[in-house]
Amino acid sequence: MNPVLHLTSGDWLSLFNHFASLSLLAVGGAITTAPDMHRYLVDETHWLGEAQFTSSIALAQAAPGPNILFVALMGWNLGLNAGAGLGGGWMSVGLASLGVVVTMLGIMLPSSILTYTATRWAHQHRDKIGIRAFKSGMAPIVIALLLSTAWLLTLSHNQPTRDWPLYLLTGVTTLLVWRTKLHMLWLIGAGALLGALGWV
Amino acid sequence: MSEHLPLNQPRSKTDLFLSFTILALQGFGGVLAVVQRELVEKKRWMTREQFVEDWAVAQIMPGPNVVNLSLMIGGRYFGLPGALAGLAGMLTAPLVVVLLLAIAFGGVSDAAWAQGALRGMGAVSAGLIAAVGLKLISALRSNPMGMPVCIALAAASFVGVGVLRWPLAYVLVGTGLVACGWAYVQLAKQAALAGDRS
Repeated sequence: MNPVLHLTSGDWLSLFNHFASLSLLAVGGAITTAPDMHRYLVDETHWLGEAQFTSSIALAQAAPGPNILFVALMGWNLGLNAGAGLGGGWMSVGLASLGVVVTMLGIMLPSSILTYTATRWAHQHRDKIGIRAFKSGMAPIVIALLLSTAWLLTLSHNQPTRDWPLYLLTGVTTLLVWRTKLHMLWLIGAGALLGALGWV
Repeated sequence: MSEHLPLNQPRSKTDLFLSFTILALQGFGGVLAVVQRELVEKKRWMTREQFVEDWAVAQIMPGPNVVNLSLMIGGRYFGLPGALAGLAGMLTAPLVVVLLLAIAFGGVSDAAWAQGALRGMGAVSAGLIAAVGLKLISALRSNPMGMPVCIALAAASFVGVGVLRWPLAYVLVGTGLVACGWAYVQLAKQAALAGDRS
């Protein structure tokens, strides 16, 4: 593994500042700022290894819960690097936890404060035509964004001869969720199983 | 449809916290699909129309969109404590799970079967998101812009983001300004008509 990192309190502060500055830019999900996190954490400071970076994103996507938790995993791995890995005992766990707190507070605090105050204000003025026009106007657009997201996720596998089973799986899932009340966990489980067996 | 029955409400901040915890723990590959099904179809805290409106705001504001949604819904019923309860519900249990997974399986994610499982789950979650999008189209029926204009705006946005792959911000500003402007004109007309009648 990497040699143990020595992070000063100034380093922790700049870590917080970096994530806080990305927070307000994360329109359309924090994952859109992942390239900048990579530049900062992997290329510039070398606080995270390449493999740690990509596995943080992959693991958070596989696990239940909001995908934003990939940021927590980056903080965790960074803290472990600053300790001595999991072999470092409670000291490492403490630093890893500090990493989680610093990165998550950074990425969440500014956007949450803004969202909370803005939506409170909008709710108090919800009968104003301007507010209603914004919500009604954006409704078809965000629906289109959902469909585009699904479309782009599907096309990220771009070899039709090899990837057609994935397209089929996406299509069948869409129909089942749209038209039936089948529990989604079954579908996720089936997808994981089919993938693990190498069938899709 | 069942949407004409009266809506329910979260009973307490604890109810809110637990409801969001349960939602979040079911959300593999994104929580949105579960949120839509649980809050609109099962618990019936909101209608499809309200959900689309809230989702629009949650997605346009910076920050993770389901987290924004939990802040907004919690805040609406119980103010700041409710927002924090919703937020904590959405994040706490999944955070513990993901850290335990990192400790247990940190090295497994390179294995071929694990990569395969991720591919399969990714394909399913794309389907979940598409299904939510399709379901929400019916919520546009009550939109003041009218269904044809809504479909045209949605199609333009889809082409911009999904086909031409323009940056999201440009498409949002471009189609968004047209849409909000047109919605404003229609709502103002409705208001004027209502004013004449009274």
